[in-house]
Amino acid sequence: MKVSEFPDAFKKEREEKGYDSIEDQNDPAMMILGHKDVRKCAHQWQTFQSGAKPGRIVIPSEVNIRETRQIPFEVDPPEHKSYRNLLEAWFKRPLNEDYKNQLTTQIESIVDEVLNKDAIEVVGDFSLPLQSRALTLLLNIPYSEADLWISWGTHVFRSEDTALDADKANILYNYIDQEIDKAIENPSESLYSQLLNSKVNGKKLTKEEVKGVMILTFAGGRDTVINAVTNSIAYFSEHPNSLKALKENPAMINKAVEELVRYFTPLTQMGRVATKDAEVCEHAVKADSRIALNWASANRDERVFENPNEVVLDRKVNPHLSFGFGIHNCLGATHARQILRILLATLSKKVTSIDVLEAKENIEDLGNFKRKVGFDSLKVQFNK
Amino acid sequence: MAKITFITSDNETITLEGTSGSVMELAVNNNVKGIDGDCGGVCSCATCHVHVAPEDFAKTGGPEELENDMLEFDDLTNEYSRLSCQLQISEALDGIVLKVAK
Ligand code: FES
Repeated sequence: MKVSEFPDAFKKEREEKGYDSIEDQNDPAMMILGHKDVRKCAHQWQTFQSGAKPGRIVIPSEVNIRETRQIPFEVDPPEHKSYRNLLEAWFKRPLNEDYKNQLTTQIESIVDEVLNKDAIEVVGDFSLPLQSRALTLLLNIPYSEADLWISWGTHVFRSEDTALDADKANILYNYIDQEIDKAIENPSESLYSQLLNSKVNGKKLTKEEVKGVMILTFAGGRDTVINAVTNSIAYFSEHPNSLKALKENPAMINKAVEELVRYFTPLTQMGRVATKDAEVCEHAVKADSRIALNWASANRDERVFENPNEVVLDRKVNPHLSFGFGIHNCLGATHARQILRILLATLSKKVTSIDVLEAKENIEDLGNFKRKVGFDSLKVQFNK
Repeated sequence: MAKITFITSDNETITLEGTSGSVMELAVNNNVKGIDGDCGGVCSCATCHVHVAPEDFAKTGGPEELENDMLEFDDLTNEYSRLSCQLQISEALDGIVLKVAK
């Protein structure tokens, strides 16, 4: 199989019944597979809540390794809106000219760096530093802080053999605690200080709330961005003409980003907890049980997307769900999109072809399903 | 050339002229409040939602199926809803008035 081919793991079950069950630490979830059903359930926040026990809507569940509520993602309306409004302005900063220029400088310099090497392992030596450095812009803190996060490796929240690793998660949580304390002592222009100075519904954010936002910011954008970047490199390695097409027609970059993000769907799914007995796909969902909104499956639904298993770089109408759907859609989407847009522009300008030397796929184990979500490692050579 | 008027949620009226591209792009390029165009116009984010003035609705016509599906799950949808990224600017839209949904 080609390295850039990511099969649709859910086709059969989606077409035959529209759902399937997934076991997860004695808290099974009913996986919703069709595009329309996923959107419908995402829309019904009263019935399918996000504000459950912290960690429970994540699959695999994080209830055993985390008590802090992630904000605004694990909060429901009406409180959700106040937090979201507070954060939205900050998380839209990637649209500013100045931010864009700084991000462009970062990405161009890392591409220049790899162009001068014979071989490069994309996940650890390209995508991870790229994501980490970009995050310093989002947090508005010194660039040098990225070195520490890079030293954590790609899997700070999970280790190689267990999906969830409390010790590793604690590295991040302790780090964030310390950074919050530092920001209290020495206020700056960072996101930490910004949050510590903010009020929601007339009340100052507590340290615990600030931590909840920061954990989400760190965790939500790490493996997702790393996968999106790595997988895009894999795609261009096997489609050098696309790089050329983007160079000749930069107006296509936006559509290309959306299409790559649809095809790769960096985050497979997100759970919800039923607040009452409900029904999905003519199947009962019991109160206090979990459903999973399977974005990856929805994004290959042939009732919505023509040739769903092909990358059509200039796909015009592309209602993909890679950034979620409804009130809880991805807060970091603006930042992620900007990273990918600049990356594609830079690659198309500077790189003519990419040769894959070695690839080790990362296959997600989802009970009945095995889904290729990215790479554990991808060794390539970039050519000028 | 088409003159397009936007009315934002704080009742500001902005009239812009466009010759090509989508109505969303025109709005975003001129910072019309409430139209973000996050997905760049591929019908995936619904941050470009407008309500067409009833008397102008014939000029735009109704949404296609995929756009309609998008609007179906938006709380602010009414019978005159469109995603402005799916409205291509042309003479046919001249004089149209759009209320920003958000
Ligand atoms: S700009 Fe995203 S749907 Fe119109």
